[in-house]
Amino acid sequence: MPADLNLLPRMAITAEAIDVASLREQLFDHAAGAFVSFEGWVRNENEGKSVTRLAYEVYRPLALSIGEQIIDQTLQHVGARAALAVHREGELELGGCAVWVGVVSKHRDEAFRATRQIIDRIKVELPIWKKEFYADGDSGWVNCERCAAHGHSHAELINPV
Amino acid sequence: MKSVQVQYFALFRERAGMSHERVETDATTLLELFNQLQHRHGTADPHGHCKVALNDVMAEWQQPFADGDTVLFFPPVAGG
Repeated sequence: MPADLNLLPRMAITAEAIDVASLREQLFDHAAGAFVSFEGWVRNENEGKSVTRLAYEVYRPLALSIGEQIIDQTLQHVGARAALAVHREGELELGGCAVWVGVVSKHRDEAFRATRQIIDRIKVELPIWKKEFYADGDSGWVNCERCAAHGHSHAELINPV
Repeated sequence: MKSVQVQYFALFRERAGMSHERVETDATTLLELFNQLQHRHGTADPHGHCKVALNDVMAEWQQPFADGDTVLFFPPVAGG
């Protein structure tokens, strides 16, 4: 089960375009029969508003350490062989790849499950903030703007995207 | 009084008009400090959506802090 690939660090933050081919290549492994990857792309709409571009703010020290921890725990828990994850920071255009997760495992089930767990946790646990810019000239921090000055229920704030 | 470095991110940074500041405080917990700084970050209740870190380690709102610590206030995150 433990990977013999030397992939540390496995979580990265980059201000450059994500090089998907090179990431996939880093996971080549003759003991793996399955490779699953996930890409999160910049979409042109969110909650009924027309989105023209995005900007991500990242607190790197904790994003990297928490990301590393998530990958470590997921590989242990699911029993996949190896994984890598990269998240963008800075500005992205529509269609841009904002996040990439790749997992190799002996069989496909572990790779699918580990990929899902890693991306799900990256979205809610890493100190990363997404600012959307809209066609009408407005902009807003996703999940934040409804946290106005007054306390109210935040149950609806979980971003299902 | 304790002197701590406070860092604001994303919406908090924009509302505060600054990314960090040195704060003198008599607060004992991170929650008390957050509440004392409401005029900066603009949020009344951080529970369930905002997070706090102390010296680059995720922390609990009820946790105490010490003179010289660095406190990071995180508005709701949205990766991916």
